[in-house]
Amino acid sequence: MMVIPRVIPCLLLRGWGLVKTRRFRDPLYVGDPVNTIRIFNEKEVDELMLLDIMASREGRGPNFHLISQITSECFMPLAYGGGVTSVEQIAELFSLGVEKVVLNRSAVERPDLVSRAADRFGSQSIVVSIDAWRGRWGGYRVYTLSGTKDAGVEPAAFAARMQEMGAGELLVTSIDRDGTMEGYDLQLIHEVASAVTVPVVASGGAKGLEDFRRAVIEASASAVAAGSLFVFQMPHRAVLISFPSREELEVTFGASPSMPSGGQARVSTG
Amino acid sequence: MWIGGVGKRRRGAENQFSVRQITSSMIAIIDCRIGNTGSIANMLRKCGVRSQVVSLPGEVELAEKLILPGVGSFDHGMHRLRELDLVSVLSRRVVGDRVPILGICLGLQLFTERSEEGKESGLGWVAGQTVRFRFPEGTSPLRVPHMGWNTVAAGAEGGFSSLDASARFYFVHSYHVICRQPADVLATTRYGYDFASVVRHDNIVGVQFHPEKSHRFGLAFLREFATR
Repeated sequence: MMVIPRVIPCLLLRGWGLVKTRRFRDPLYVGDPVNTIRIFNEKEVDELMLLDIMASREGRGPNFHLISQITSECFMPLAYGGGVTSVEQIAELFSLGVEKVVLNRSAVERPDLVSRAADRFGSQSIVVSIDAWRGRWGGYRVYTLSGTKDAGVEPAAFAARMQEMGAGELLVTSIDRDGTMEGYDLQLIHEVASAVTVPVVASGGAKGLEDFRRAVIEASASAVAAGSLFVFQMPHRAVLISFPSREELEVTFGASPSMPSGGQARVSTG
Repeated sequence: MWIGGVGKRRRGAENQFSVRQITSSMIAIIDCRIGNTGSIANMLRKCGVRSQVVSLPGEVELAEKLILPGVGSFDHGMHRLRELDLVSVLSRRVVGDRVPILGICLGLQLFTERSEEGKESGLGWVAGQTVRFRFPEGTSPLRVPHMGWNTVAAGAEGGFSSLDASARFYFVHSYHVICRQPADVLATTRYGYDFASVVRHDNIVGVQFHPEKSHRFGLAFLREFATR
């Protein structure tokens, strides 16, 4: 069976409801988190990402009560991010059943949290989320707090540093493309993917399977995330939870990047 | 499947449940804060299997089937087992009394003698060691950790029917187990090369993937382990 890159619905939590944004603004309610995740569970998606977009801005930590309700319905890996500022919170999230913790603002403002968390829990469970605006000069800048605070650093350089600190995965989101369904910013994804060796997840702007393919083949993403594509039915953004079938994904990705192209390297287990 | 049973006895306490038909043993999931026991308990519940999260030596003593989950680093896992004073009771029950145990991800790695990830020695129940993914010279290196869904190729007989060719499971790990005895390798998975993804030595079973994160495939495997 073919191994295909991960395709990850990215759900944004605002208070007790799920929302979708456009360039990180104008949140539109899309549904109840527990029900929505139940639906994705039934569709057997590879992995889910849940990001609380108000936690940092409201100066609070994760909503553990809601998260535990969600994880009890979730039989695939769940990455959670939003308001995580301490190792104790991360430990609590893992004990609830969260698979990976996503750090955004903390990664910028207290990067030692990344290394402490990676040392304790293993790099593979720590994701750093990098949100970037494209500047007028053509370069990119990292922003935190839902795209409102300039972090004063470029995504590729920041990504390399986060890998050094122990991040096992990087979520790279183009704020410009978020919610627009205009396609991923392949240049941004590629710049970051070229600067690191850990997996990079593309996010922001996906409108269809072709975008997934391009992110992986052309921009070296290891996985792809999408929000609007999986929760809306265009053209009127009516709420509809959907996910491509396994057959569609296999056709989309053709040859898997994780399979050796010729011959088989074998390691003796005896 | 209806599950009932006698509650575990604490000194001086009443039984929690009345005696009824026992169709399967209650499974004890070891909690040393290195894995998400909740997800495993949830999935077992979905299969109709009752489980209990345990962390005291006395509780492990009474368990008839065990699961050792694990997320995180090798040394941290071993430290936690030692801090909770579980190593000797586990060794006695698992190696001595041959209680069935399932190790998941780091749990499997802790069964080996040692790991490149750390300095501590492992439980040593499975002959072999845990090593980091290392791709041969001249091949393009794959990204580590191995993270994503993958399949297993079951070799030996007497394995699990839920490990068939159409099943896929969620993996997330940078290290994998190498068994000295080929017969201990029940199934392999390919990530650059074939590595041992399901290990079995007598009553000891270990899986490198996360059944509790693998939908219906993980559910079928957990149900099979729990009921055999």
